[in-house]
Amino acid sequence: MEFIDYYKVLGIQKKATDADIKKAYRKLARKYHPDLNPNNKEAERKFKQINEANEVLSDPEKRKKYDQYGKDWQHAEEFEKQKKAQRSQSGFGGYTYSGGQSADGFSDFFESMFGGDGFRSSRRQRQFRGQDYQAELHLNLTDTLSTHKQTLTVNQKNIRITIPAGVEDGQTIKIVGHGGPGFNNGPAGDLYITFQVKNNTSFHRDGANLHKTIEIPLTTAVLGGELTINTLNGKVKLKVKPETANGAKVKLKGKGLPKYKKEGEFGDLFITYQVKMPSKLTEAQKRLFQKLAETNL
Amino acid sequence: MERHYIHIADFCKNHYIEESFIYELFEYELISLKIDNEQKLIHEEELPRLEKMVRLHRDLQINVEGLDAIHHLLQKNISLQAEINLLRKQLERYKKP
Repeated sequence: MEFIDYYKVLGIQKKATDADIKKAYRKLARKYHPDLNPNNKEAERKFKQINEANEVLSDPEKRKKYDQYGKDWQHAEEFEKQKKAQRSQSGFGGYTYSGGQSADGFSDFFESMFGGDGFRSSRRQRQFRGQDYQAELHLNLTDTLSTHKQTLTVNQKNIRITIPAGVEDGQTIKIVGHGGPGFNNGPAGDLYITFQVKNNTSFHRDGANLHKTIEIPLTTAVLGGELTINTLNGKVKLKVKPETANGAKVKLKGKGLPKYKKEGEFGDLFITYQVKMPSKLTEAQKRLFQKLAETNL
Repeated sequence: MERHYIHIADFCKNHYIEESFIYELFEYELISLKIDNEQKLIHEEELPRLEKMVRLHRDLQINVEGLDAIHHLLQKNISLQAEINLLRKQLERYKKP
């Protein structure tokens, strides 16, 4: 467990006054508040840190204990025991927490130093909604072809979620009530899962549509022909019209990806033809081109 | 209907917030309310937005005018981010052969 320098976290001197602490906390809280920095994990982490620092430094009793035992936090418990023995009655309810982290997401350092009794007494009767959790789920593009279920482990709990077909890279879904536990019987937070979809195919994705560029020989472009191409749902035969121009596009309806939450609906596959110019012609081929040139083609 | 709407009075009681704050948000069109037989209700889908306003108000002491400005800037941020993502995807298509 690492020592946390709460003064450094708030960017203040050790001799800072209550007003200095308040000012520094407010300034940093405005900068890193998670609601002002959506999907920014670093801001979320910093916001937790500055809250924790403020929790300790704005409370004279906790600040005294922190200043006294700071780096030797291991002895703080002993200090607490002595203090408790001196008290005839405890003014605190004594909360119990099942995990290593409190509902407010304080660090292990904070927990070990201030424990359950350390929580703000003025707010202890209030209910708080649990913390929202953010998680990332990595998928391959081919995993998004059909709706399937997957079991995730979030904070040592297994959650079985349904991954809808056609989910997009960067898309976030909310799983209600699977975030952190509520405080004082408050509701649990929500779990936000952001999908990171890796394109493991040779297609380019644009929503539910797919794009691919295919090289065709000059003779096929001029005279027409037939090609077999691989789609995500198998092979498809494609007729190339005679006199197909370089860069011409064809649409294969319904051969794209499934549309998100629209069962039975699919995007399209767009094929762009790139005419391959012949190189290393044989003498016979050159003569044929010469003949073509004589026809003023 | 009852399943999807929450009484403002209940919300305020649970969140320790003054009802007048909610009505101010409503006046600034930051949330929408339903008034049914003098009962003021909020749709459950509006709750995340309302809770966000309450958090910003409570944690950062931001008044309703400030929340209004933040709301507009965050919306702008979201649409700019969406535009960046779209342009990135389009650019990626041109980059690869």
